[in-house]
Amino acid sequence: MPHKPASLLDASILVPAIGGSFRKLDPRLMVKNPVMFVTLVGAVLTTVSIFTSQADRGFITQLSVWLWFTVLFANFAEAVAEGRGKAQADSLRKARKDTLARRLKNGQESHVPAPLLEKGDLVVCEAGDVIPADGEVIEGIASVDEAAITGESAPVIRESGGDRSAVTGGTKVISDRIVIRITSEKGNTFLDRMIAMVEGAKRQKTPNEIALTILLSAMTLIFLLVCITLKPFGIYSGVAFSIPVLVALLVCLIPTTIGGLLSAIGISGIDRLIRRNVMATSGRAVEAAGDIDVLLLDKTGTITIGNRMASDFRPANGITEQQLADAGQLASLADETPEGRSIVVLAKDKFNIRGRELAAPHATFVPFTAQTRMSGVDLEGRSIRKGAADSMKSYIEGKGGVYPAEVAKAVEAASRAGRTPLVVAEGSQVLGVVELKDVVKGGIKERFAQLRKMGIKTVMITGDNPMTAAAIAAEAGVDDFMAQATPEDKLKRIRAEQAEGHLVAMTGDGTNDAPALAQADVGVAMNTGTQAAREAGNMVDLDSNPTKLIEIVEIGKQLLMTRGSLTTFSIANDIAKYFAIIPAMLMATFPAIAPLNVMGLASPQSAILSAVIFNALIIIALIPLALKGVAYKPMGAAAVLQRNLLVYGAGGIIIPFIGIKAIDVIVTTLHLA
Amino acid sequence: MQASDWLQFALFLGLLTLITKPMGLYLMQVLDSNGRTWLDPVVRPVEKLTYKILGVDPQREQGWKQYTFSMLAFSLTGALFTYAILRLQHLLPWNPQDLPGLSHHLAFNTAVSFTTNTNWQSYGGEATLSYFSQVVGLTFHNFVSAAVGIGIAAALVRGISDRKTSFPTRSTVDRVFQPGETSSKTRSTVGNFWTDLVRVTYYLLLPVCVALAIFLVSQGMIQNFDAYTHAKTLEGAEQIITQGPMASQVAIKMLGTNGGGFVNANAAHPFENPTPLSNLIQMLSIFAIGSGLTYYLGRMVKNQGHGWAVWAAMMIMFVGGVLVCAHYEAAGNPIHQQLGITNVDRVFQPGHEDQTSSQTHPTGNMEGKEVRFGLFNSSLFATVTTAASCGAVNSMHDSFTPIGGLVPLFMMELGEVVIGGVGAGLYGMLVFVILAVFIAGLMVGRTPEYLGKKIQAKEVKLAMLTLLVLTLSILGFTAWASVSAWGVAGLNNAGPHGFSEMLYAYSSATANNGSAFAGLTANTPWYNTTLGIAMLIGRFLMIVPIMAIAGSLAAKQAVPAGPGTFPVNGATFTILLIGTVLLIGALNFLPALALGPIVEHFLMGQGQLF
Repeated sequence: MPHKPASLLDASILVPAIGGSFRKLDPRLMVKNPVMFVTLVGAVLTTVSIFTSQADRGFITQLSVWLWFTVLFANFAEAVAEGRGKAQADSLRKARKDTLARRLKNGQESHVPAPLLEKGDLVVCEAGDVIPADGEVIEGIASVDEAAITGESAPVIRESGGDRSAVTGGTKVISDRIVIRITSEKGNTFLDRMIAMVEGAKRQKTPNEIALTILLSAMTLIFLLVCITLKPFGIYSGVAFSIPVLVALLVCLIPTTIGGLLSAIGISGIDRLIRRNVMATSGRAVEAAGDIDVLLLDKTGTITIGNRMASDFRPANGITEQQLADAGQLASLADETPEGRSIVVLAKDKFNIRGRELAAPHATFVPFTAQTRMSGVDLEGRSIRKGAADSMKSYIEGKGGVYPAEVAKAVEAASRAGRTPLVVAEGSQVLGVVELKDVVKGGIKERFAQLRKMGIKTVMITGDNPMTAAAIAAEAGVDDFMAQATPEDKLKRIRAEQAEGHLVAMTGDGTNDAPALAQADVGVAMNTGTQAAREAGNMVDLDSNPTKLIEIVEIGKQLLMTRGSLTTFSIANDIAKYFAIIPAMLMATFPAIAPLNVMGLASPQSAILSAVIFNALIIIALIPLALKGVAYKPMGAAAVLQRNLLVYGAGGIIIPFIGIKAIDVIVTTLHLA
Repeated sequence: MQASDWLQFALFLGLLTLITKPMGLYLMQVLDSNGRTWLDPVVRPVEKLTYKILGVDPQREQGWKQYTFSMLAFSLTGALFTYAILRLQHLLPWNPQDLPGLSHHLAFNTAVSFTTNTNWQSYGGEATLSYFSQVVGLTFHNFVSAAVGIGIAAALVRGISDRKTSFPTRSTVDRVFQPGETSSKTRSTVGNFWTDLVRVTYYLLLPVCVALAIFLVSQGMIQNFDAYTHAKTLEGAEQIITQGPMASQVAIKMLGTNGGGFVNANAAHPFENPTPLSNLIQMLSIFAIGSGLTYYLGRMVKNQGHGWAVWAAMMIMFVGGVLVCAHYEAAGNPIHQQLGITNVDRVFQPGHEDQTSSQTHPTGNMEGKEVRFGLFNSSLFATVTTAASCGAVNSMHDSFTPIGGLVPLFMMELGEVVIGGVGAGLYGMLVFVILAVFIAGLMVGRTPEYLGKKIQAKEVKLAMLTLLVLTLSILGFTAWASVSAWGVAGLNNAGPHGFSEMLYAYSSATANNGSAFAGLTANTPWYNTTLGIAMLIGRFLMIVPIMAIAGSLAAKQAVPAGPGTFPVNGATFTILLIGTVLLIGALNFLPALALGPIVEHFLMGQGQLF
């Protein structure tokens, strides 16, 4: 299952990765990573000089072994990252068992292997059938088990028309019968793309990765120049720098740490998304998520719990609150809507009015209809109704009752406060108003405060009127809101934000969200949404949880932070390596420079060897960090910079001094040099 | 360092800090084609006339390619003009000494040297050039090469800053804008080369130089067109005393960070640097424009904190350099001390003749120093002149202690970004700013952006290209010279010191500094030619990528700043910037420095000299 967490030390991933690190030595693959390619060439040159040089064979052999390790360790990092993805791909692939589809052509059913289905074909699926490819339900309604992709065992409803018509190949129909129109091309189903994504088969370098690769390559080129010119400098100075020593210096100076871990960082960023059940269509989208500074969030489901809940009873004059609650509860007992249930719950909470068994002979339920816009119950001569204020008013007046002024006032006050008033009446007497309000999710306000600190503006989108919207916006602590928003309004808003230079993310599920999802820099479609929405966005949330947008942004940021931190660390390491290698290179000719050997390394050979060993081992040591990402806390940019600069910049300067010295002690103790 | 040294240092830093803001504000006006200055009534008509003659519309801004092309065409023409004058100086007026025309390689070297604001002098000043060559052929470049540098810096700053136009233009981002939609769009131009050139020369360099020259004359500097004076010394020997229009030359030599001395001894000569006050003012004028440009940067990008952060990074590296240099010069040469050579500079400093001070302080290194300036003012001047790519000297850097000499060398190898050459220092530093923002910007979890403009593959590529070019030229040419007969033949000193001389020469040429470890005999065809090429590389192969960065950034839309924006002001950024300059810029030269001054230093400790 995609969401199954894999341990960093999972042998089923680590063991194949060892083989992978050797397969990746193929120069055609290595050349894509210039830093490691130069290391590879250096390893080859050093290996050759084991045989060509007369002296120090043992030293050169050890040097070349560690240079090979450096390359292999980098390959290993990439292989582990890919391996973690492959494990997920394998479980996905199981869902893509070749099934026989029941194709419907001119009213005739025929069995066709699923891979042969064409776009536009119609297929029939009944209980027990696996849906052969992505499509849209055009007839019927069915419950579908989507566990194969989402890992969620509860079945979901898929029906023709509306926003829940999309079905995914590999999922299973568990009840009823539906007719599906295939919408995906052969071999390009959602499942196919998901597998490709997880495996990194189609992984292309993201813009930011390209820029970083350029920086690292240019640094490699500069250090290459530094080492090449050292040869003639040595000739002038009377120092014979040997090829292995120059190669050792070069490999230590070029940014092998970040060069070796760069692709692992990228792969694991996508991996982290998948673990949260989000499918990105490209690595670019993950990176863009880090840049987002405006979030358009749908009110319902993201900011508020899906449905409105009863919050207060406002009795009319002469009625107690308890009387109103009692009547409200009776009117709602048979009402299975969340609003109705919430009235029952509130009555119980406030006055301990227990649910009563209402048997059919005594009670007649009046269901809600679009015409009457009210519901209620007739029970033992009592006739209780609840409904929208205006329809209740005409109902009461029609019965010859009086619609009290204070109730009208309470209704208005509730509306102004962003709540939905329901008027409750018994016979022709108005008992009062039950207020329903949106319930803002717990902790969401704090979440928005964190986002604000990170420089991300939140905009709430709602179909509510401006008054209601403003009240909820204030309660939830969003920065801005759009009331009575249509899909066109969303699109306009996104364009306006982008025109000012902002990067915008949004979620959506309906077909009418598709243009906005396509326009947004990060558009997250809900898996329960329509096919159009899923195609328009650049991510799909398999859990269909709109709040996840915030996590997606955090993952994007963490990806970029990890890259930057390890780059800084890698570059900062050079100081210590210079102090290890330069004195060692000159010691033989100019013994006077001994004081420059600040680490007090035992001998020139052990110094060079220790630097190279440190350089190789640090790659292995940092693989977990590359895969997990650096610690992420929602803070302002200035605070984050200070923290990471201290940890990875200052740390990057100090750690190698300690590490190289420690390795030198070991190397000397073992008499390796 | 003694109390008086600290006092002088504090005075210099204090005065520099004071002039930074006014200079920056004045630059705001000079570098704006509609700017206003108090000189307008006098200069405006001349400026307008100049545009008419040049056929330039001062209001029409250029894209980066046009700007660069104009600059290259102008510089090439200027170089050819000077080359012709130097070759033909025997046929031209104002040549009372009847000096002959220059050899082709010396003329090439000298013409390039002055065009590139380097002012490397392979020629021997008063002994080689006629007054006409100095005043017309060289002084012209002293002004315009400085103006070009300032213009390039301004063009880059314009590219960085978020300048909007109010009229609608066709958008390049069709995804965002619908055709015909009006909105404030980013301007993709970077200014007008000809306007910058004319305005900087007319409103900044010329007027300040007039004032500075008058001041220098008041200190005793000469300004005439007389033939050299022949004098008899007390011992009866014949002495030729240089004359000439010195004050006017020296003013622009300092202000424009040119550094080419009127006389061969440069600012160590009593005429060219008559008093302690003239010494102080000359040092200040070297830093004045470069320092003011950081303020200009802050103003233009509407983030004065950023301007000061860049300035602080420069000053911290500068102060560090001065302290190291002064420390090692004061510590002196242990071999001299063992021989009991007395501290000659103390004798000339009133208040320090007492026994205690000369005993408690180790004997400083006074070789190659003018006794009038002493240890500290020589160390300070050496660091100033190399931190800024000036190259004027008031002492002989070749005679510094190894580490004392490493400081000027290191300052140049940083890429002349510590104040740097006028304009060149700022645009060089901004390359490091871009790299710092790129590397550390990732650490805040966003695509790196510099003042709201995204730093992407293109900017990184161009920024790294400038570093690659710098390293290639310095290390490449030094490597070539160090194993060539022509390279080694020019050396006056053997061993690591000889190596330092070559390294210094190519560092100085590439960084467009112009100062020299004087031990090198550079007036040979090979040295003249290779150094000339290094100067061309260091100037134009830096400018072209930097202008491409300016163009690329100018076309970008700025993301509005917020709490998630990468901070480019404050102490953290200053530290980050220093770290980037040292780690990305300077570490490349560590192996070479190890073979030169560092080895020499340790060998000196063991009693071996070169």
